[in-house]
Amino acid sequence: MLHDFPFPFTDVLFGIPAVLAIVLYLAGVFKNNRHASRRQWPWIRTMFWFFGVLLSASAVIGPIAEASHGNFTVHMMGHLFLGMLGPLLLALAAPMTLLLRVLSVHHARQLCRLLKSRLSKFYTHPVTATFLNIGGLWLLYTTDLYMTMHHQLWLHVLVHIHVFVAGYLFTISLLYIDPVFHRFSYIYRTLVFIVALAGHGILSKYIYAYPPEGVPLDQARTGAMLMYYGGDAVDLVIIILLFKKWFQATRPRTRAVSVTA
Amino acid sequence: MTIKKVTNWTNRSKFASKNLWAGILFGLGFVAFLDETLFHQLLHWHKFYDKSTIAVGLVSDGLFHAFSWFATVGGLYLVADLRRRDALWHKMFWGGKLLGGGAFQLYDGTIQHKVMRIHQIRYNVDIVPYDLVWNISAVLMILAGVWLLRSARQDERMAGSGELHVA
Repeated sequence: MLHDFPFPFTDVLFGIPAVLAIVLYLAGVFKNNRHASRRQWPWIRTMFWFFGVLLSASAVIGPIAEASHGNFTVHMMGHLFLGMLGPLLLALAAPMTLLLRVLSVHHARQLCRLLKSRLSKFYTHPVTATFLNIGGLWLLYTTDLYMTMHHQLWLHVLVHIHVFVAGYLFTISLLYIDPVFHRFSYIYRTLVFIVALAGHGILSKYIYAYPPEGVPLDQARTGAMLMYYGGDAVDLVIIILLFKKWFQATRPRTRAVSVTA
Repeated sequence: MTIKKVTNWTNRSKFASKNLWAGILFGLGFVAFLDETLFHQLLHWHKFYDKSTIAVGLVSDGLFHAFSWFATVGGLYLVADLRRRDALWHKMFWGGKLLGGGAFQLYDGTIQHKVMRIHQIRYNVDIVPYDLVWNISAVLMILAGVWLLRSARQDERMAGSGELHVA
């Protein structure tokens, strides 16, 4: 009952943007590196981008995507890739920085205007991003949405796009890798992040206790634990990176007084 | 034994509360981490979810679990910060660590285990001795922490009057 829609369609739908993302990024890196005067684009960022696209896409194309329709544990693994690990790697690849570097001055200005807009401020606000990300997950797993999604192709597509976009917005609202035009203090971002991580953990335990309709108990339990500990692992990386920036930003300007007796 | 002279009393005093908070945060995070690794993962004594958990217990557990990650990482970055400022004060840090760890363990052992019933220490055994060991060791940690903090302050006063150079 969970397999009644065509896979090739979603493969094409998600496959084209994935391939385009890699090709365009590589073109950008090539264009940037052609100018000897410009700083060479760090290869590690290209790696982040490549694996970020690959992991995100693996949740919606190929064997993991296929298996996830009948198995909640695999579904949860796909979601960890699509909504957390993939977006984190993509954020670390600093795509906006690359884009601003290779665009003409005129177009770069237009892009900046867009990034400075109120709409962009709204969507990259840590609270909005948390609400979209964690709130969206609560909606998915505590209502009929999860069940309905498997019967409606358009809903299935929409939910997966949402999980990915919300995951990316959430990551960039906390970790400032690309240029940020609406900044929030470290303490503010930390507090929002704690609430978000708690919301994620509570939902995991809730799923463990009250599985979504149509999900067998054992799959719900392993899936919930995968969500709980997988979420912890990815968020630990974000915490370390966030605090590292905080640590660097607060370095003492002058050396502390050392009194020798 | 070599006696190392403490030469950074000025910095230590200036960043006394940062030393204390580094300890409290890291202590809390470390105890939560041990709880997760030792009792959930290795011994399998704690349950991931206990049916008798009350709703607020799920929220409390979620918040503390999330906070403990931030506390562990944040506490260690504070230590790094104190080191680069030449202001790390081990006795203060350890006092805070025992205080934070003990306080969390006591909260976990009384409010979370007993009132909110998020899970018991172990199942299918007489739970009383486990609860006693858990909570008494928590109280001992708190007392040891407070004692270390007082002792640290005493060292500071004595150093001020030129009587002490070790710690």
